[in-house]
Amino acid sequence: MAITLTINRKKVSLDIDSNTPLLWALRDHVGLLGTKFGCGIAQCGACTVWVNGEPMRSCVLPISAVGNAQITTIEGLDPAGKHPVQEAWDELDVPQCGYCQAGQIMTAAALLKKNPHPSKQEIVDGMAGNICRCGTYHRIQEAVALAAKKVKK
Amino acid sequence: MKTSRRNFIQQTALFTSVFTLGFDWFESKGAAMAIANEPGRFNAFLSIDSTGKIRLYSPNPEIGQGIKTAFPVVVAEELDVDWKQVEVLQANLDTQNFERQLTGGSGALKHSWERLRKAGATVRQMMMQAAANQWKVDSSTCKTSQGFVLGPSGQKASYGSLATEAAKITVPSTVTYKDRKDYKIIGTRVRGVDNRAIVTGKPVFGIDIRKPDMVFAQIVRPPFGATLKSFSADDVKKMPGIIDVVSFKNKVAIVGTSTYEIMQARQNLTCSYVSDAPLESNETHQAWFDAGMKSDKAIVQRKDGDFAKAISEAAKVIEATYECPFISHSPMEPMNFFADVKPGSVLLAGPTQVPQPAQKAVATLLGVPENTIQVELTKMGGGFGRRLSNDFALEAAELSSIIKKPVLVMWTREDDMGGGTYRPAVRYHFKAGIDANGNITAFYLRGVGLNAGNSTRQDNFPAGAIDHVLIESVDQKSAVTTGPWRAPITNFLGFAEQAFIDEVAEAAGKDPIQLRLDLLARVKSNPVGKITYEPDRFAEVIRQVAEKSQWKKKPGVHQGFSVYYSHFSYVAQVAEVQVKNGKPQVTHVTAVTDCGEVINLSGAENQVKGAIIDGMGHAMFAKLNIQAGVTSPTNFNAYRMIRGNEVPKIDAYFVDNGISPTGLGEPALPPTGGSIANAIYAATKKRFYKQPFY
Repeated sequence: MAITLTINRKKVSLDIDSNTPLLWALRDHVGLLGTKFGCGIAQCGACTVWVNGEPMRSCVLPISAVGNAQITTIEGLDPAGKHPVQEAWDELDVPQCGYCQAGQIMTAAALLKKNPHPSKQEIVDGMAGNICRCGTYHRIQEAVALAAKKVKK
Repeated sequence: MKTSRRNFIQQTALFTSVFTLGFDWFESKGAAMAIANEPGRFNAFLSIDSTGKIRLYSPNPEIGQGIKTAFPVVVAEELDVDWKQVEVLQANLDTQNFERQLTGGSGALKHSWERLRKAGATVRQMMMQAAANQWKVDSSTCKTSQGFVLGPSGQKASYGSLATEAAKITVPSTVTYKDRKDYKIIGTRVRGVDNRAIVTGKPVFGIDIRKPDMVFAQIVRPPFGATLKSFSADDVKKMPGIIDVVSFKNKVAIVGTSTYEIMQARQNLTCSYVSDAPLESNETHQAWFDAGMKSDKAIVQRKDGDFAKAISEAAKVIEATYECPFISHSPMEPMNFFADVKPGSVLLAGPTQVPQPAQKAVATLLGVPENTIQVELTKMGGGFGRRLSNDFALEAAELSSIIKKPVLVMWTREDDMGGGTYRPAVRYHFKAGIDANGNITAFYLRGVGLNAGNSTRQDNFPAGAIDHVLIESVDQKSAVTTGPWRAPITNFLGFAEQAFIDEVAEAAGKDPIQLRLDLLARVKSNPVGKITYEPDRFAEVIRQVAEKSQWKKKPGVHQGFSVYYSHFSYVAQVAEVQVKNGKPQVTHVTAVTDCGEVINLSGAENQVKGAIIDGMGHAMFAKLNIQAGVTSPTNFNAYRMIRGNEVPKIDAYFVDNGISPTGLGEPALPPTGGSIANAIYAATKKRFYKQPFY
């Protein structure tokens, strides 16, 4: 039975098992490859996307549970790829291998949407759910703070 | 600085307007370079076409170490172009035109520094000559700036406008390099060339490979030491999306049209295994460590003086045993590889640190000539040594040859953590003898490793500073597969050595920094045996870290020191611990690194900070258990990775000495466990002898 999802403001109809996690629907069926597979058990955050603006772990979220919700992936965060978080990430040269960064960015952008002026501790706590094996944590935290400044302007 | 003509060969190209120049390592190969077909490709590393487009080719696999940015920075600097104007491209495996196209050993810049400079400086000179010919002036009166040649009477011509003529110029017999005071790019903060692709989610990793008619596969691998006896795939084949189930080399591959369908079907697979010998467990490994420590078959790796006599005469003897478990590399991108094996041609694509060995191994496996195998390089979501093994590439090629389809073999996290080429488990035993004046007179180390090869680094400091040294190793074969893990061997040995020296310093009643400086002074004045490190560079990072960390000058702060030389670079660290609510907390690490010339300051800081976080996280938390040949845990719910709320402040400084660059992907890791453990000891009087600490 076909399921219709709204991904980055576009309707996409998928005729796949409704238990399929959103991550694999995006990657294998929709062809959006920016969202990454890290652990498959919601531990690392590499697969973070937004569902109605809330950051969710797409690796454990079956598409049957998504319904009509608006799904936003890294590709849809900003049409021009110039979201303040993306700009800050480039400016502070955050990525090393880069693999976890889509998830980090989606988490950071959601955090700033909810709390545009986070304290240092709020940034540290808000980003603690996402693993970066290269250890880019300091620059992630600095880039969230920089993005917050950019949003203020 | 000058370089001689004989380092260059000039080769005519198929296109008459294009010259290519190769370096001496091409000479033996004879044949014209394939890249000569590309107009404007001056050499393996760069092309400039008549529209002014400047492309720099980065040959080494990018794993997060920043080489795809650092290499072109060097070329662009000597070429003297505006960094903003260049386009950087990843070169695929090209054994005709590149050498050492691999990621490992922190060796890329050390190997390629001169070659990269030559590649840029030579073409800069050819541009000047082309302009001089046009203006009818002597080329020595010309200068360059940001991609332009400037003439003596105010003439100005862009490299693009000169490209066609420059390509006809005879390759210069000598090239002049920039003075480092004139560097405009080297040493500055250069953003990663793939940053934009990363932050916008472009498909740049192996896992993102999509090719026409490609199918997916996952592979079920046996426990370590076991052989596949039989498997039942009937219930797997019935599942939706499953194309085939095939077995090869003790493995069962499930081929399908999507990842999730394969994951589901896989649950219905039953495999039975047999083994000749009992399968290994933690207890087996402990027994092997005990036996290895008593073994009379240890290999002597280094012997200075008479250790046995010296230790028997010592006023005080310090002994300690250190041990680490197998650990997984756990790159964020699990292993994966693409292969398309066709009659007469093979395409391999994916994340490997060593593409040429992948090509060779697949050629051997399939019995096809190497030159029929193309290898496309992708960006790698980390590797840390795991992608040196190429087992994943061989599996993909073998599977593709069986099913006769292009296939992307995907590993789940459980596959990746459960089927690793782990950091070997090792036990070390140290002994040191001190005389009545607190001088170290005797030093002993035995390493017993499981598939570790030589688990010591026998020439490590303090060897060279002590009269009587004995270093031995025992290697115990295990069915558990092991391989290099970021800073192989030294990732744990560094901790053990630096923690032990801290104990020795305490027993000798000496400041741990002063003890090292005294030993290094001894190496300078009266070295013992083979010396592999430069004592002055060693001492300099120590002095600088002492100053920058305000060693022993911060009341209420407990500090721990360590210093390590590896991959030709020197890193000294001071870690700070504060006790909060009765618990020691690592709050700050100061690191001073001497890796020679820093190419990209931003990337260099990333490597140092990342390596410290990596070293700290794994020292504190990482442990794999082996029971009957099966690894646990196999995912991040129980295999604890350090997170952003657990990292200390880190200050990374670099010695500014202009020496040719050396490695930086690994060297900051080995000293980390030691500086942290020594700081925790300073705070709590509790020493750690085993990793993980917690």
